[in-house]
Amino acid sequence: MKSLAELQAIKEKMKSKIVLREGSGEIRVVVGMATCGIAAGARPVLNAFVEEVNNAGLYDKVTVTQTGCVGLCQLEPIVEVYEAGKEKVTYVKMTSDKVKEVVEKHLKNGNIVTEYTVASVN
Amino acid sequence: MKELSLNILDITENSVKAKATLVEIAIEENDDILTIAVTDNGIGMTEQTLLSVTNPFYTTRTTRKVGLGIPLLKFAAEQTGGGIEIVSKHVYKYPKEHGTRIFAKFFKKHIDFTPLGDVISSIVTLVQGHPDVDFVFKHTHPQKNLSVLFDTREVREVLEGIPLDSFEILTWIKDNLTEQYAQGQ
Ligand SMILES: Nc1ncnc2c1ncn2[C@@H]1O[C@H](COP(=O)(O)OP(=O)(O)O)[C@@H](O)[C@H]1O
Ligand SMILES: [Mg+2]
Repeated sequence: MKSLAELQAIKEKMKSKIVLREGSGEIRVVVGMATCGIAAGARPVLNAFVEEVNNAGLYDKVTVTQTGCVGLCQLEPIVEVYEAGKEKVTYVKMTSDKVKEVVEKHLKNGNIVTEYTVASVN
Repeated sequence: MKELSLNILDITENSVKAKATLVEIAIEENDDILTIAVTDNGIGMTEQTLLSVTNPFYTTRTTRKVGLGIPLLKFAAEQTGGGIEIVSKHVYKYPKEHGTRIFAKFFKKHIDFTPLGDVISSIVTLVQGHPDVDFVFKHTHPQKNLSVLFDTREVREVLEGIPLDSFEILTWIKDNLTEQYAQGQ
């Protein structure tokens, strides 16, 4: 059983790490979680970002958040990437498969995956 | 929505938007019926809002555009022969005991019953998005010996300030719920 005792142990392990994590969030990934987004598949996209960002060791650099703001139903799931000093990048019709690629190419190496952006849909 | 767990996620987002600090999500099942109750301590709805969300014909030209979330839940319930009920107390009229309760009843054997789906994923998503809000989640199905209970207040007490949206904690929550489900059969 994943008990509260186990949670306690995780906490002790994390206490030191937390200090290192402060000052994080150079890049902010925002997933649209309004009704249309949820219906179109935003939940697995959000969870894939959380997982892939962690797997890629980017938790110091990247924060994954949700917004309830209504996007564009036909283009959901929509994901926006904000980075200081750069223009916002909007990914549309996201899937968890695409997430892996965006994390690897864009968040890790700084190369926007143009074919998934709103610019290439219009 | 493809799964009722997605409706649950969407309906609970309303509670968070209404500034709830505590939201209880309760699923009760037997072999024939599934009910979902989402109860929050948010600001509540005015009588006018309540009328407009339950009655799609209420919308006047002056009312702002209607949302989709509650109508989708209502449709999903009604197409099984069930329905929804909303009780809400707006903070203006009830400064102390304000909040909203949305209840939905589904007949599981109806051909148009939408499966519950991945409810664990919805809970984890809610905690990830709103680490400072408290969520209580209950799911019972006596015939299956299922009795899942999860309360972020207990988790918070253990964590002493470590944010609930940390990856390790979200993983623990997911594993905890998965194990609780595995104990039913
Ligand atoms: N839990 C709640 N507490 C307070 N108000 C609510 C709640 N749920 C719904 N509402 C009100 O009902 C409206 C319609 O909700 P919904 O159908 O989900 O559409 P939307 O969230 O897109 O507006 C909301 O905009 C809000 O004013
Ligand atoms: Mg809504």
